[in-house]
Amino acid sequence: MTALPSGSAIALEARRLPRFRIKEGTAFGWAMVALPLLFLLAFVGYPFVYGIWLSLEDRSIAQSAIFIGFGNFLNDINDAVFWQVVRNTFIYTIVATVLKAAGGLGLALVMNQNFRFKNLVRAFVLLPFIVPTVLSTIAWMWILDPAFSVINWILIYLGGAPPGPSWLGNPYLAMGSVIVVNTWRGLPFYAITLLAGLQTIPGDLYDAATIDGTDAWQRFRYVTLPLLQPVLLIVTLFSLIFTFADFQLVYVLTRGGPANATHLFATYSFDIAMTAGQLGHGASVALAMLPPLALLIVALTIYMRRQ
Amino acid sequence: MVVRGGWRVKLLHLWLPLGFALAFTLFPFYWMAVTSIKPNSELYNTQMMPLLVHNPTLKHYIDLFTETPFLLWTWNTMLVAVVSTAISLVLGVMLAYPLARINFPGSALIAIGVAGSYLVPQPLLFIPMADIINKMRLGNTLTSVMLTYPTLLVPFCAWLLMGYFKTVPHELEEAARIDGASHFQAMWRIVLPLCTPGFISAGIFAFTLAQNEFLYALIFLTKSTVRTVPVGAIAELIRGDVFYWGQLMAAALLGSVPVAIIYSFFVEHYVAGLTAGSVKG
Repeated sequence: MTALPSGSAIALEARRLPRFRIKEGTAFGWAMVALPLLFLLAFVGYPFVYGIWLSLEDRSIAQSAIFIGFGNFLNDINDAVFWQVVRNTFIYTIVATVLKAAGGLGLALVMNQNFRFKNLVRAFVLLPFIVPTVLSTIAWMWILDPAFSVINWILIYLGGAPPGPSWLGNPYLAMGSVIVVNTWRGLPFYAITLLAGLQTIPGDLYDAATIDGTDAWQRFRYVTLPLLQPVLLIVTLFSLIFTFADFQLVYVLTRGGPANATHLFATYSFDIAMTAGQLGHGASVALAMLPPLALLIVALTIYMRRQ
Repeated sequence: MVVRGGWRVKLLHLWLPLGFALAFTLFPFYWMAVTSIKPNSELYNTQMMPLLVHNPTLKHYIDLFTETPFLLWTWNTMLVAVVSTAISLVLGVMLAYPLARINFPGSALIAIGVAGSYLVPQPLLFIPMADIINKMRLGNTLTSVMLTYPTLLVPFCAWLLMGYFKTVPHELEEAARIDGASHFQAMWRIVLPLCTPGFISAGIFAFTLAQNEFLYALIFLTKSTVRTVPVGAIAELIRGDVFYWGQLMAAALLGSVPVAIIYSFFVEHYVAGLTAGSVKG
C-alpha cells in the first residue's frame, strides 16, 4: 500500500526563532532518535546490506555458503526467464501506471463538481485501496475463474461463443488481467489525491480564463494541468516504485503463470528463494530491481526534500 | 468547477462517468457478498443467472467458523496490527519530533535516511529478512511479524507526523520552556496534544497497512495457529486444486469488514494522511 509521507500538511508555517540552548537540544534530539534509528538500522539497513552479501553467495537453505562473486548475476544474464521477467515488470509497471494516472485524473475531474453525497461517493471510491489486497484479489480470481467467470457468463448471455476467454490461462489475457486488477486497486489513490490537488486551484483562475474566451479544453490544458503537475509527479513516482516492486497481486492471481507470462521481479525471486530454496540466487534477482528503483527513489527523495 | 446547463449535461458530465467508476469499484465487493451466501448448487451451475442469489444460505460462514481456524486468524491479524501500529506510533514520534522541531547536527542526514527506508520496497528485503528471522529462531511466532511490520510503518508514521509537528508554532514551546519545562515536558504537555489529528491519521494508516501485509506473514507464519487472515485464506482455503469459493468469499468479506468499519469512521483523517505531502493547501 502506498501513502504519501507528509512534508507540508497544513499551510501554517512556524516562524523560525533563534533556538534555546543549542547543546541541550542536540542531546535531547539524539536521545529521542537513538532507539528508532537503531531499530531501522537493524531491520532495514542490515537486511539490505546482508541481501547484497547473499547475492554474492551460492547459498541454499540449510547448507553452508560458498562465495561466488558475481556468479548469480552471470546466471541471471544467461537466463531467458530472467529477461522475460524484466520485460513483464516494465510492461506491467508502465501500462498500469498510465491507466491509473489517466483514469484517476478523469475520475478526479468528474468528482471535482458539486453533487449530492459527494463525501459518501469519495468514501466508496477509496474502498479498493484500503481493503487488504490479498482478499480483494481473491474476489478477482473468482471473477476471472476459467469455468465460472461471471464476465464470461455475461459475454455468452450477450451472444458470445462458450466457454469464453480464459482470462488467466492465456499469456496475453493474464497480463491484461493482472494490469486491470492493479489499476482497480491503485486508481483510487490517484483519484483522491488529485481531487485534493484540484480543490486547491482557485476558481478565479477559471473565471479569468473563461472571460479571455478559452474553451474547456484550453482551461484544462493551460490552467488545470500546470497547477496539478507537482501533485501528479509525486503521486506517479510513488505509484511507479510500488507497482514495480509489486508482489501480492500477481502471487495470488497467477503465481507468475501461465509459463512465466506474468512473473515480476518480486514473484520470480520469491519462487527461487522460497520455493526452490536458493537464497543467493533469489537475492540476486531481487537486487536486479535496484538500479531502476534507485533512480526513482533518489528522484522522489530529492523532490520531497525540496518541497 | 460548476456544471452549467440542464440535466442532460449533468448526466453526461457527472452521473454517467461516476456511475461507471462506482460500478467498476464496487462490483468485486458485491460479488464477494453474493457468492458467500450462494449454495454450492448455484455456485457451480453455469446455466443459472449468477448475478442474483436464488436460495441464500449461511452455510459457507458456518463452515468457515467450524471447519477452519478463521476466528483465530482474525484474532492474530488484529493483535499483530494493533501491536505493530502502537510500536510504530511510539517510534515514529521519537523520530519525527526532533527532526521536525530541533535543528541538531545530523538531523538532515537522518531525515533522508528515514525517507529512503520508507521507499525501499519489501521485495528487496524479504530474502535476507527470512534468513535473519530464521537465525533468531522466530519462525512461526507472531513476534516475527510484530517485529518486522514496524520496519514498513515507522518511516511512514515519522514522515506523516513531521508534517503535523512542524505546524505547531515555536512560541508555544518556548513559553513553556521559559516557565521551566524541560524539552520532554514541552513536547509531552504542549506539542503532542495539539497533534492529535496527526496521530489518528498515522494510526489508521499504519493499521490498514498492517492488515494488508502479506509477504512477511506468508514466509514467517507456516503453522495454521499463528496465521493471519490473508495467509490463512490463501494457504488453507485453497487445497491443492480445490477452491472453496463460498468459504473464500466469506473469508474475504469478513476479513475486509474490520478495516472498512474503522476506515468509515475516520475517512477524513485517512484522506488527510493520504494527501499530506503531495498537496499544499
